[in-house]
Amino acid sequence: MTPRYLPYVLILPVTLFLGVFFLYPFALVAKQAFTTGGGFTLDNFREVVGYWKFPISLKNTMLLAAIVVPVQLALALLMATMVNRMQKGRDLVLYVWTIPLGISDLAAGIIWLAIFEQSGFLNSMMTGLGLVDQPITLLGYQNPWLVFAAIALAEIWRATAIMLVILVAGIGLIPKEYYEAAEVFGASPWKRFVKITLPLLRPSLQTALILRVVLAFEVFAVVVALGGTLFPVLMGQIYSYQFDLMNGGGAAALALIVLAISVVFTLIILRALRVPKGATI
Amino acid sequence: MAEIQIKGVAKSFGSYTALHDINLTIQDQEFVVLLGASGCGKTTLLRIVAGLETATTGEVWIGGKRVDHLPPKDRGIAMVFQNYAVFPHLTVFENIGFGLRMKKLPNDEVKRRVERTAGLMHIEQLLGRYSGELSGGQRQRVAVARALAMEPDVILMDEPLSNLDALLRMEMRAELKGVLAESNTTAIYVTHDQVEAMSMADRISVMHQGRIVQAASPIEVYRNPAAEFVAGFIGNPPMNFLPATPQGGGRWAVAGQVLDGPQTPKALKFAIRPEDLRLADHGLQAVAKVIEPLGAHLLVTCDVNGALFRAVLDSDLSVKPGDTLTLAPQSDRIRWFDPETTRAVA
Ligand SMILES: Nc1ncnc2c1ncn2[C@@H]1O[C@H](COP(=O)(O)OP(=O)(O)OP(=O)(O)O)[C@@H](O)[C@H]1O
Ligand SMILES: [Mg+2]
Repeated sequence: MTPRYLPYVLILPVTLFLGVFFLYPFALVAKQAFTTGGGFTLDNFREVVGYWKFPISLKNTMLLAAIVVPVQLALALLMATMVNRMQKGRDLVLYVWTIPLGISDLAAGIIWLAIFEQSGFLNSMMTGLGLVDQPITLLGYQNPWLVFAAIALAEIWRATAIMLVILVAGIGLIPKEYYEAAEVFGASPWKRFVKITLPLLRPSLQTALILRVVLAFEVFAVVVALGGTLFPVLMGQIYSYQFDLMNGGGAAALALIVLAISVVFTLIILRALRVPKGATI
Repeated sequence: MAEIQIKGVAKSFGSYTALHDINLTIQDQEFVVLLGASGCGKTTLLRIVAGLETATTGEVWIGGKRVDHLPPKDRGIAMVFQNYAVFPHLTVFENIGFGLRMKKLPNDEVKRRVERTAGLMHIEQLLGRYSGELSGGQRQRVAVARALAMEPDVILMDEPLSNLDALLRMEMRAELKGVLAESNTTAIYVTHDQVEAMSMADRISVMHQGRIVQAASPIEVYRNPAAEFVAGFIGNPPMNFLPATPQGGGRWAVAGQVLDGPQTPKALKFAIRPEDLRLADHGLQAVAKVIEPLGAHLLVTCDVNGALFRAVLDSDLSVKPGDTLTLAPQSDRIRWFDPETTRAVA
């Protein structure tokens, strides 16, 4: 075996695995999306995009991602910086902070429902403190912004840790000497964060952001638990096409649209956080 | 004005004491070299002066102000790190200009200073490159340029030329010395290269196992080493030592010869530099073992009474291994050391 072919032979099993369990189903979905019984057609796409719930679910999904991801990024950076400075108890704090990672998204949604629903913790507390006379409906159609806030909060609570662990690993890899040099040459703690940490963290930031943004477009269970039908999102629409309307072609078309959005954002993130040519980070 | 005073500084890492009671005053505009073997605490001392490490005890004063509670950026220093610490995500230009940008100097001033210091270090053609595209020696010169560009009162340099080839190092040595003298900068310069120390220093501070053994002018350190360690560390080849037994009245028996020395009843060590030996009719009987022609001189490694002994002799001399040489030490260059304290005895 010549060394030239060896790498390809070594990745063959994985390639086969992906081909069978990813590419093949993907091709099926694509076929489903682009056909309606007959030949090639864009009818499915026309139908899902033309449906009145599409703009609102797209807007909701985007808005949620636009609020949740930046907040999570800021929080994760802050938490990662703090963890990295800790001498003692670092691992313990990290474990506690990553507990939400081990909870499924539906369970997380239910936990927050237990807080916000009419007989939930928040209402009991408010009545107990005499802030309100009787429990109020927090997650109702009267309070769309509260529904949004509850979903955003639950998402932030649930999924910040995934960014945190990636950023903690990334920050830990930055050699201490760069901070020392920056300190000697007059950089304040904030400047050190902006001029050293952020640029040297670019590869980790890319990974964390791509992962998080793609997951944010796929938000579903938390929304279902807290908002039900009050807050339609793209994934919810896919679900109802597939299982309520029994329209597999529509579901497939919408899934491809979400995929396209994810790919576009991935490319944007890769481009925005690219390491300049020649710089070794 | 930037006089540096290090007063009673000690540093422990856990149970290990890296520095013991260091006292050193560096005059304004003085160029002091910290010289010592690997692991003797040079970097640690420099980092304490810079403020990157806190001393366990003791004080650091710069320019008449106590600074040990101040962060590095408020101490008026610039530093060349032993491991360079050239930022990998910035170009050479931005690396050199980093401190100037932090000081918010106008763009044209940054450009002027970066280009000037890059020129001094012969790296002006590399300004657009990233650290990953440089050789070790080029990266080291970027680190030096970054410190020089600050035009600081005090510059701390940790082996700034260690990675350059001999020729470039010699050139940079002169260049660096000139720039620092011109800009009236006070400098602490760490090296374990004694030639560098001798040629650059106003004063050499020899460190050994976390202590300063001697701080004096290069010639003083060379001629009158304060301790056996200094005598053995400085000079290439190092000083020769032989046991001496007192004969009374300041007379000493050294390898069968009788020599004049200090008036003390204790046994001492006789010491002489290899180049202070002459072939003579009377003297130490040395059996030549290895003969190394060094061009200008002949380095002869011999055996005197079972002890290793080196002599630097005229290159015209013809000696073969096994020959017996009679070597006379130049009497005003003989030094004596107390084997118990290892200190010099006058
Ligand atoms: N952070 C640390 N923790 C524990 N020990 C340390 C630490 N830093 C330095 N030391 C120890 O202190 C001693 C002095 O180290 P230092 O780096 O000052 O040596 P040096 O004289 O600069 O050596 P070199 O010429 O090899 O650079 C060494 O024995 C080293 O192992
Ligand atoms: Mg060192």
